[in-house]
Amino acid sequence: MKGTPTLAAVKAPAALTRSAGALAGRRHLGLIAALALLALVGLLTQPDNFATSSNAVSVLALASTIGVITVGMTFVIIGGGIDLSVGAVMALASVWATTLATQSYGPVVMAVCAVLVGTGAGAVSGLLVAYGRMVPFIATLAMMVAASGLAQRLSDRRTQLVKPENDAIVALSTTRWLGLPILVYVFAAVVAAGWVLLNRTTFGRRTYAVGGNPEAARLAGIDVRRHTLYLYALSGFCCGVAALLIMARTTTGSSTHGNLYELDAIAAVIIGGTLLTGGRGTIIGSILGLLIFTVITNLFILNGLNTSDQLVAKGLIIVVAVLLQRRGLPGTT
Amino acid sequence: MSPNVGRRRFLLGGAVVGTAALATACTGNDPESSASQAPAPASTGANDAPGQKVVIGFSAPAADHGWIAAIAKNAEATAGQYSDVEFKAVEPTDDINTQIAAVESLIAAKVNALVLLPNDGQQLNQIARKASDAGIPVVNLDRIFPDKLSYRTWIGGDNYGMGVAAGHYVGAKLKDKGVANPVILEIQGIATLPLTQDRSKGFADALKTYGFAVTARQAAQFTVQSGNEVTGNLLQAHKKIDAIWNHDDDQGVGVLAAIKESGRGEFFMVGGAGSANAMREIQSGSGVLEATVTYSPTMASSAVRLARLIAQGKGMTDLVEHQVPQSLTLASETITRDNVDEYLPLGFES
Repeated sequence: MKGTPTLAAVKAPAALTRSAGALAGRRHLGLIAALALLALVGLLTQPDNFATSSNAVSVLALASTIGVITVGMTFVIIGGGIDLSVGAVMALASVWATTLATQSYGPVVMAVCAVLVGTGAGAVSGLLVAYGRMVPFIATLAMMVAASGLAQRLSDRRTQLVKPENDAIVALSTTRWLGLPILVYVFAAVVAAGWVLLNRTTFGRRTYAVGGNPEAARLAGIDVRRHTLYLYALSGFCCGVAALLIMARTTTGSSTHGNLYELDAIAAVIIGGTLLTGGRGTIIGSILGLLIFTVITNLFILNGLNTSDQLVAKGLIIVVAVLLQRRGLPGTT
Repeated sequence: MSPNVGRRRFLLGGAVVGTAALATACTGNDPESSASQAPAPASTGANDAPGQKVVIGFSAPAADHGWIAAIAKNAEATAGQYSDVEFKAVEPTDDINTQIAAVESLIAAKVNALVLLPNDGQQLNQIARKASDAGIPVVNLDRIFPDKLSYRTWIGGDNYGMGVAAGHYVGAKLKDKGVANPVILEIQGIATLPLTQDRSKGFADALKTYGFAVTARQAAQFTVQSGNEVTGNLLQAHKKIDAIWNHDDDQGVGVLAAIKESGRGEFFMVGGAGSANAMREIQSGSGVLEATVTYSPTMASSAVRLARLIAQGKGMTDLVEHQVPQSLTLASETITRDNVDEYLPLGFES
């Protein structure tokens, strides 16, 4: 059954990954340069506060929650989709996991609940996109609105505290190994797992193939619809993990968590050099993009500057990043 | 292909069953002891004796915050204490249009008095005016209508006074300690709101009387998460802090989590609004939170009491006048470890 098309399919995405890898390598240098520039600004304006280990830890801990979401988002966007529901799904998972009923089962069930709710919501979006043939923008927009409504309903719009007997959740943020809160290790583990999955497995190669040219991928024997479903479920899974981290950091579950996270995550992915049309991108780039955002927030607050100006700065960075990408990729779609 | 489909169906079926089980098992949210009693009054006068039967209509925004949730709960509980009050609350909403329609239905029902907390005073002014013109006295709760013909009485909190109360607590304490050039931080709610600006002005004005000023000010968004993020960064920006004022106890949960995570404790903190959670924290005395200044949702209880008095044509017992005053600005009270027991029953759950 599977003759020539399979061979071609295996070769084509592999070649694509290689060339994308070379391109991405160059682009990563740009991102690292941008980060270095920001660090220089930090060193000049706040010599005593910026380059301290505690500030570095603080930036990493702040980046962890949205970083986990960004990993899932990178997969979805490389696969040619988009997930607008991430912030709302994270809020829903955090609320569901902190209801009094869930909390009565203890921290392990709370963690499992958060991850299951996230994965479930992602799978529903995936079904709508893959089998319901809805445009990803619309399907995940619907999920965003619905998940946020459900989160408000479950919590009655109140802030749900993690009870003292479930402090094991909060310990993810308060306990430190080698100077770093556990949640930073969770973040690192998700990034590492994401990198391996994207670069070293069939699943990753299929993701590039599906995003690059779904028709070719289908002809090559890839079940495009099922793969798309998996991608959204993966994004939902990441939201569930992120919900666990936000519960640890804030000691609460709330329908207000994750506000505008979808935009931050998408922006980080785009700055990181992933094409919004799919087929090309890297996890490392996304994480660097996210770190640029987080360091900017840090710099603004260290210098006591207005939070609104921060948003303007972030907007400018997105524009500059995309303009540079266009120049760097002549002749690509 | 067919084994794949079979497996897919199996997985899907499993997911559906699992989700259903999760849905029934994990969404319950009833607290063990629902303390839904009305806040105890400061004092009771002869006015509490049952009088002429009155119908009081009530409309407020949908709860997006522990504070608003407490407003609705307090109003209903207080009305329930009086045998001569029939309480007609309409479905809370965040939509201006829907709230207008809801108030219209109360006017049509010919209630004897209305208690209104508008989503926006400007935008609901017309409908409040319509009620007043129809002879229904309106008790305007907190967010004020611009047109004085639209309401009989306004009762609400004092944002400027909140800042003043916090400023006096922080200023007096640092002066006592003899700290020169203290580092004082302020964590605001949404910076662009007039109420936030009033709070900050009050804080700055009160601190000035001690010769102090705010070192740094950052806005959170009234949410736990934003409070957490802003505080995490602020703690990095200032290696030594003397005092923090956080405008809002709901976002304060995130602020306190960030402080606890950092392990810092060289400073003290003052909260705002007066949530039960903040009060328990003050009571325990284990963290940095030493005090909170109130902007209490008990005002809804008072508003219902005023509406009842107005509808029955009575005045307030401690005043000489025969009628209820036109405007009542509530003082922002400072809750510390010394008086927290007294306030704890009035605290709202965030």
